[in-house]
Amino acid sequence: MRFDYNTRYRDSFALLRHTDQRIAYGLLALVLLALPWLASTYFVGEIAYVFILCIASLGLMVLTGYTGQVSLGHAAFLAVGAYGHAWMLGQGVPLLPSLAMAGLMCAACGLALGFPAIRVSGLYLAMVTLAFSVIATHVIGQWTAVTGGFTGLAVADPTMAGFSLGGPKSFYFLCLALLLLVLVGLLNLLRSGMGRAFVGVRDSEAAAYSLGIAVSRVKVTAFALSAGVTGLAGALLAHHTKYLTPDAFTLILSMELVLMVVIGGLGSLRGAILGAMLISLLPTLISRIKPMLPDSIAKQFGLETFIFGLILALFVLYEPAGINGRWLKLRALIQSFPLYRRDTFKRTKRYMKSERYK
Amino acid sequence: MSAAPGRSQASSHRSTKGEGDPASGTSQLPAMLEVRDLALSFGGVQAIRQLAFDVFPGEVLAIIGPNGAGKTSVLNTVTRVFDASRGSIRFDGQELTGVQRHAVAALGIARTFQNIELFEAATVIDNLLLGRHRFGQGAWWQQLLRTPEVTRIEETSRAAIEEVIEFLDLSPWRNSLVAGLPYGVRKVVELGRALATGPRLLFLDEPASGLNPEETRRLAFWIDDIRSDLGITVVMVEHDMSLVSAVSDRVICMAQGALLASGTAREVQNHPLVISAYLGS
Amino acid sequence: MNTGLQVFAQLTVNGIAVGAIYALVALGLVLTYKATEVLNFAHGDLLVVSAFTAWALIALAGWPFWLALLATVAIAAVLSYGLDAFIIRRIAGQPQFAGVMLTIALAFMLRGLVSMGFGPESRSYATPWTGQTSHFAGIAIANLQLVIVAVALVVTAALLLFFRYTRLGVAMQATSQNQLAAYLTGVRVKRVNSMVWALAGATAAVAGVLLAPITLVDVSLWYVVLKALAALVLGGFGSIAGAIVGGLLIGLIEQYAGVYLPDGSKDVAAYVVLIAVLVVRPHGLLGEAHGKRV
Repeated sequence: MRFDYNTRYRDSFALLRHTDQRIAYGLLALVLLALPWLASTYFVGEIAYVFILCIASLGLMVLTGYTGQVSLGHAAFLAVGAYGHAWMLGQGVPLLPSLAMAGLMCAACGLALGFPAIRVSGLYLAMVTLAFSVIATHVIGQWTAVTGGFTGLAVADPTMAGFSLGGPKSFYFLCLALLLLVLVGLLNLLRSGMGRAFVGVRDSEAAAYSLGIAVSRVKVTAFALSAGVTGLAGALLAHHTKYLTPDAFTLILSMELVLMVVIGGLGSLRGAILGAMLISLLPTLISRIKPMLPDSIAKQFGLETFIFGLILALFVLYEPAGINGRWLKLRALIQSFPLYRRDTFKRTKRYMKSERYK
Repeated sequence: MSAAPGRSQASSHRSTKGEGDPASGTSQLPAMLEVRDLALSFGGVQAIRQLAFDVFPGEVLAIIGPNGAGKTSVLNTVTRVFDASRGSIRFDGQELTGVQRHAVAALGIARTFQNIELFEAATVIDNLLLGRHRFGQGAWWQQLLRTPEVTRIEETSRAAIEEVIEFLDLSPWRNSLVAGLPYGVRKVVELGRALATGPRLLFLDEPASGLNPEETRRLAFWIDDIRSDLGITVVMVEHDMSLVSAVSDRVICMAQGALLASGTAREVQNHPLVISAYLGS
Repeated sequence: MNTGLQVFAQLTVNGIAVGAIYALVALGLVLTYKATEVLNFAHGDLLVVSAFTAWALIALAGWPFWLALLATVAIAAVLSYGLDAFIIRRIAGQPQFAGVMLTIALAFMLRGLVSMGFGPESRSYATPWTGQTSHFAGIAIANLQLVIVAVALVVTAALLLFFRYTRLGVAMQATSQNQLAAYLTGVRVKRVNSMVWALAGATAAVAGVLLAPITLVDVSLWYVVLKALAALVLGGFGSIAGAIVGGLLIGLIEQYAGVYLPDGSKDVAAYVVLIAVLVVRPHGLLGEAHGKRV
């Protein structure tokens, strides 16, 4: 069993509180840093893509997992980030400022979406974000002067101080660096006043108001922050795909982001990363399994869609807390062994009560 | 726990028991909260009509009345959940009726909720820390970078809520998730969170509902301590007459949105209008 | 009739025809929402399943249209009943978000199964009204579209009467408002909910079978559910009459936008309306306003 024996308050809210945590994450860091020299080029490229989706997933997690605002249209921010970044590179803006500005551009879009969005909640918000996503993709398709419309837009190679960062190793490190930056920044934010305010707004707006939290301002901030982070991911995505077309940013992509966040486990950054890893590696996994399945099942993309749906359904039904929930339960099992009781996490039966009239 | 609190204890904060007539001027200190000519209606239902009352600093005021009397609506109107249709609410001379809903906490008014509105997925400490929100948590970029200033603010907040935890005996539950706590403990956490905002005026909405007699007695002592030790004025909407008699200095009774009677607990309980409101005439 | 007016009249007729489809799809959504408070994101895929089933029966097995329609409706009803009974029921009591996620999961699964089973090509099949058009006063309308309008109106009227005057309809309303209380008053809640889903499935089947000949039997048929959402929002969430009104209005708005507003407006008109309505008047034209009491 693990006990917290803290002598100062600051020890209780430090990020890595125990030795075994520090060792584990230290080892992980070493592996990640050494990976480009240990694995094949293809694999390194795949992992860079996973990092990009991790960033996007973190962005959505802030909004949906922590502030409780559903968004079924986050692919729009990926698109704006990607196109914005590509366009600015085309105008000659250096890499890092361009990345930063792509993020800020998306944050501004998030703000713009946030103001109408805060007036609705729950299902209605889901629909507003859905509609916003469709409109955004449409606008991108029509604004041919800037985006090249449906013929597409080529993305310049990322270079910094004359060095090309487009090669698999350097791009991997670029993505890893940004992921770590975003992760640490969010970890700090979420254990401070703003993070607590997000959670307060999610769990009880009435109480949040009574505690002096400006709920609308918090929601709009969450939208802007979430959009900005996702936009950054979009900018990196532009470099990954090297050629942008509007139909890469469909509703299905938005759904995949939501899948990452929900399957990973709402309300935890670890969940966002685990979910992103699962969803991004799933197509590769499926294509590995396909040869082993009988021909009738292994038909074209139907199988992938079906499996995505199946996994989501299984998680919603049997593990609503997502992969992170399983992780925490497993950790509780290991830490309290052999005193763990099987019903520790049992859910009580609940009856549906209309959310319209309460 | 034998004797009921309040009555026999001397307290420098206790005001003289005014008759409830705001214009009578029999109290020594000016009113902390003045409600005049308050009315509230939603879509045809008149929840409050023509209500006027005062709250004096350092007292415990109870608002009683049958269901539907508008008691919680008064609380909601003062804390700006609803906009009053008419009337004025002055807190220490400042008009509240136009103030934004989230600005009420900064003025020094806190409240608890009838149906507990805690943050279920967070620990007790996190819930209490949220009570400290109004004291400023650092700029967003400072939080992002976790500057020493932010660490200092976090430590100060944590130290402040430890006092609340100590006051309400919440130590065993400190790191527990609220979702797993028993009902009685949750009510206490809700009270603690309101106290963490450092209020001068505390509104309690049916604090004893759902509590067993032992918990109710403990609550009575706490309310008395809140008034005497912490110097906070308390207004509570309550049905439990034993709690009301034990701890309140003044009682006002409402029915159908209007004031029926005010005075000490015994006076109000024996008032003919109040009896007929509860039992029918 | 001068051309400007003629164009307007043709647009109006087209709008009503398209709007009737949206209304029919929206009706199915309203049903499940009213009963179990779940917005069924898989509704569009029920349409797809129905369309492919009808194709299989008509084009492959050679069944007559009416028989195929009835069979498809029955199959869709049974399928929807099963979806609720075995899957959706398990998340009763959980917040709305869980329902949204689960129906999205079902949508993916249904879409995947149909793709796997039928392959990626678009198909078509014949109806008794294929190729027939009516003309009056210089305005053309396909007979199939007339049929759709008629069917939409009939189904709406039937549902309104059903909910108001039958025991089952009233029971459905009760379970939607407070499930525990409904249990306690003897309503067989689980069965009632599943029957509502069956009803919604039947509506989806009718819509799918009638719509597919126009837009081709293809997995992308599910997109119509997005327009239906806009229709629901405009008409008022939770209102059956609202579904019809909203559907027709969205159809009209789209047609007018296609001609009178700049290029490309037609595609996004419905979504702009959706956002505008939700922000300005969330309960739509005919819906109920609701809020949370603290």
